[in-house]
Amino acid sequence: MNDRGYEPVIGLEVHAQLLTRTKLFCRCPARYGAEPNTLVCPVCLGLPGSLPSVNAAAVAMAVRLGVALGCRIAPVSIFARKNYFYPDCPRNYQISMYDAPLCEGGALEYPVDGQARRVELERIHLEDDAGKLLHRPGGNSLVDFNRCGVPLVEIVTRPVLHDPEDAAVFLQRLRQLLRWLGICDGNLEEGSMRCDVNVSVRRPGSTMLGTRTEIKNLNSFKAVEAGIRLEVERQSRILDSQGVVEQQTSLWDARRKTLVVMRGKEEAHDYRYFPEPDLPPLEVDAGLVERERSLLPELPLAREVRLREEYSLSAYDAGVLCAERRLAEYYEQVARTSGEPKASANLVMREVLTALKERGGGIEGFPVAPDSLARLVRLVTEGTITVTAGATVFEQMLAVGEEPDAVVERLGLRLISDEGRLAEIVEAVIAANPQEVERYRSGKRQLLKFFVGQVMKESEGAADPRLARDLLERRLRGDAPGR
Amino acid sequence: MTAPRASDGLRVGEIEGLYRLGEARPSEIVASCLDAIDAKDTSVGAFVEVFRDEAMRRASELDGEDPSGRPLFGIPVAVKDNICMRGMPMTCGSRILRGYRPPYDATVVRRLREAGAVIIGTTNMDEFAMGSSTEHSSYRPTRNPWDTDCAPGGSSGGSAAAVAAGMVPAALGSDTGGSIRQPASFCGVTGLKGTWGRVSRAGLVAFASSLDQIGPVAADVDGCARILSAIAGADGIDSTALASPCPVLDAGPSASLEGLRIGMPRSTGDAGLDPAVEAALSGAVRMAGSAGAEVAQVDLPDLGLSIACYYVIATAEASSNLARYDGVRYGMRVGAPTTARMYARTRSAGFGDEVKRRILLGTFVLSAGYYESYYGTACAVRKWIGESYQRLFESVDLIMLPTAPGPAFRLGERLEDPVSMYLSDIFTTPANVAGLPAVSVPAGLSADGLPVGLQLIAGEGREDLLIRGAAALERELGFRERCVPPGPGSRSGI
Repeated sequence: MNDRGYEPVIGLEVHAQLLTRTKLFCRCPARYGAEPNTLVCPVCLGLPGSLPSVNAAAVAMAVRLGVALGCRIAPVSIFARKNYFYPDCPRNYQISMYDAPLCEGGALEYPVDGQARRVELERIHLEDDAGKLLHRPGGNSLVDFNRCGVPLVEIVTRPVLHDPEDAAVFLQRLRQLLRWLGICDGNLEEGSMRCDVNVSVRRPGSTMLGTRTEIKNLNSFKAVEAGIRLEVERQSRILDSQGVVEQQTSLWDARRKTLVVMRGKEEAHDYRYFPEPDLPPLEVDAGLVERERSLLPELPLAREVRLREEYSLSAYDAGVLCAERRLAEYYEQVARTSGEPKASANLVMREVLTALKERGGGIEGFPVAPDSLARLVRLVTEGTITVTAGATVFEQMLAVGEEPDAVVERLGLRLISDEGRLAEIVEAVIAANPQEVERYRSGKRQLLKFFVGQVMKESEGAADPRLARDLLERRLRGDAPGR
Repeated sequence: MTAPRASDGLRVGEIEGLYRLGEARPSEIVASCLDAIDAKDTSVGAFVEVFRDEAMRRASELDGEDPSGRPLFGIPVAVKDNICMRGMPMTCGSRILRGYRPPYDATVVRRLREAGAVIIGTTNMDEFAMGSSTEHSSYRPTRNPWDTDCAPGGSSGGSAAAVAAGMVPAALGSDTGGSIRQPASFCGVTGLKGTWGRVSRAGLVAFASSLDQIGPVAADVDGCARILSAIAGADGIDSTALASPCPVLDAGPSASLEGLRIGMPRSTGDAGLDPAVEAALSGAVRMAGSAGAEVAQVDLPDLGLSIACYYVIATAEASSNLARYDGVRYGMRVGAPTTARMYARTRSAGFGDEVKRRILLGTFVLSAGYYESYYGTACAVRKWIGESYQRLFESVDLIMLPTAPGPAFRLGERLEDPVSMYLSDIFTTPANVAGLPAVSVPAGLSADGLPVGLQLIAGEGREDLLIRGAAALERELGFRERCVPPGPGSRSGI
């Protein structure tokens, strides 16, 4: 409910580009970033006489998604033409699905504050992407058809979301799943994942749906949230002043962070859908569904739950480590090899994720192998090196690709737990800081931390901090150092 | 020795025989076709483009080659102007595609070439195959070689006229509602369309995808069988092409009506048959009976329903198929300040009236609020018609009926009356609506000396029975022997 007392009702339509090698209806590469109009053929250009034929890999990916989301997979679905004129659409119809989609029902489930959230889906269908218009100064436009025909799945939720933030969280979770399944890279900025939103508002308790409006072009999670907020506010104001919400479609203006009306009710398209006569009904046999089901990896929600139970991780840690499937796999290998799940989680989250952020890119191809990291975990948990030294070792592993033991030896980071060697360092620290010694002795006991820090610094992190602390305390109270 | 001339009405099988006996070479046959085109096409107007140099070059190459394994070796074939040939002009008879050259070959063209055929040129047609007279070509109407004041039928009128005038022994047409069979009937030649999916549509410019089929027009049934055998079969780039292979087609002397069960429509409704068509039909029935066929009367699904259903579905699909001609990428463009205006001006100037009429009809029948009562109903009726024919073919092998209600009409006669033009398809649309193979065989002459054809329809996938029945009927009817061929001597024919 917003502060005007209305409950938003939100449904999402998400378009996700499938990571197939080739396009949906021809064999042109489905690749991003090539020279304009170099990845095209008569079929994706819609030249006279060309006919589509369905890419089986795209069907398999859509089925994989449907199975992961618990949808009913239609044994027979029907491609349909969606007719509209636009220069980025070379046939002036899109081949989509209409009243017989590939997947129906299903839901996305994910944890929110420890509670399971379930967002029900209406349908998932396959369709082909359009090209891209490049508007040039002076009013001319160019068209690049490279993207034309790239396979998309459209995932449509039921109108079951009631909070703009929830909508954004759902999208993040959907993106996680798409990436997890390896069927979409989920890049909102580049448009490989796009979101349209349908919004209406009503009084809480009402079961009627108000007139819904559509927002397109929401190219970030923030935009989704902000766009919905603005639209809910707009509709609430209209209703508060006894007005009538009219069906309309608006665009999110990312630069000015506002909504711009694209078309009103009068300009609403009549897409004149009808079954695509150039394609036979799409048959998905039970074998394909079973194959995709059996190949399905453990899904994010299940993995988060298992990580918490099996490794006693917090919900937060499990969530972070399950952001990506490869990351979760990496973590688990480190945890299993080292036998130290909590310390592994800490190291992965603190060091590996930071390094990934700095380097950019994902965990695949990360230069530190999980088994090497596991060895580092052991070195720390067994007390061979300190946590601080662990960070240094990690840096070196990353920078020069050395194994952790070699780094420890090369830099002499093995923990100094020999009282004799450590006492020398303590002595030197005390000698170098006479004022602090004076103040400590006059009652400023918290300075002990300072002295420990100095010892660690002097030993380049190799001192056993507990022993150092013991020695320092004894020495500062006036006991003679171990002499 | 003077080379035999295709203009003498040589058939595909005869040309093959001449090659086999070493009595002619491809370059001689092709040259004679080009001569015939030079001599006659000014008055007929069958061709849009003649590939004079390419055809002669290809024929000369073939002169030195071994024909074995190439069933259409050295056979000149004309191709309707809506079938793609790489680098060659293709316009579908429309202004909107003037100057367009496809970057790829249609599957049928590739198969013709692989079989050794020599492509002679492209033939005139009603714009985008919409019409029954070839008068809706943006170039000029084609004239009927039997009487140049008459229409050759359509939309494959150019192909039928080219064969009838002896310019080529065979041609490809496309048949959406009768566009091969009706002009074949009007021009006294044989025209066939296979089961929907028998021939790949890849490279055929779509008019109504669920009805369109490419098929042959030839001087005889055997020619059609040879061409169909060469172009039929599964195709990886047309997922609606049938996976099962085309049955073996035998139009030879062993083809007989003996034991074939032939259904005759109990009634042809209120189509108003020309007496010559009535006579041809009853004559054929008698002949079939005496040749050992079992002829029985059957009730066809209402012909009026078929044609209504056809015009709803065909226009609906056409409205979508023709949306791509918008001036953005190829063909004609009439510039305007906005994209929407450019679309409107380009399409207004580029399409003829008949095409516009059908795009409007098709857009209407798919529109919100009308979809169910028009397109939805037509699909339901279509399903019923298909099932009805399927049941019929449980008790008969072939159905025999007229191809058209009458002989060729005069040019201009029906231009202002589209419904009467549409009704000339009344007997041909059922085979498209039900997706069945059908052939038109010349059967007799009208009082005015114009040919009329008879049509045979077979069950799904039974082109073998169709060819067998048609070849036997052709032999029994003896049209070629009985009837004066077009040429000097016919009234105002060429």
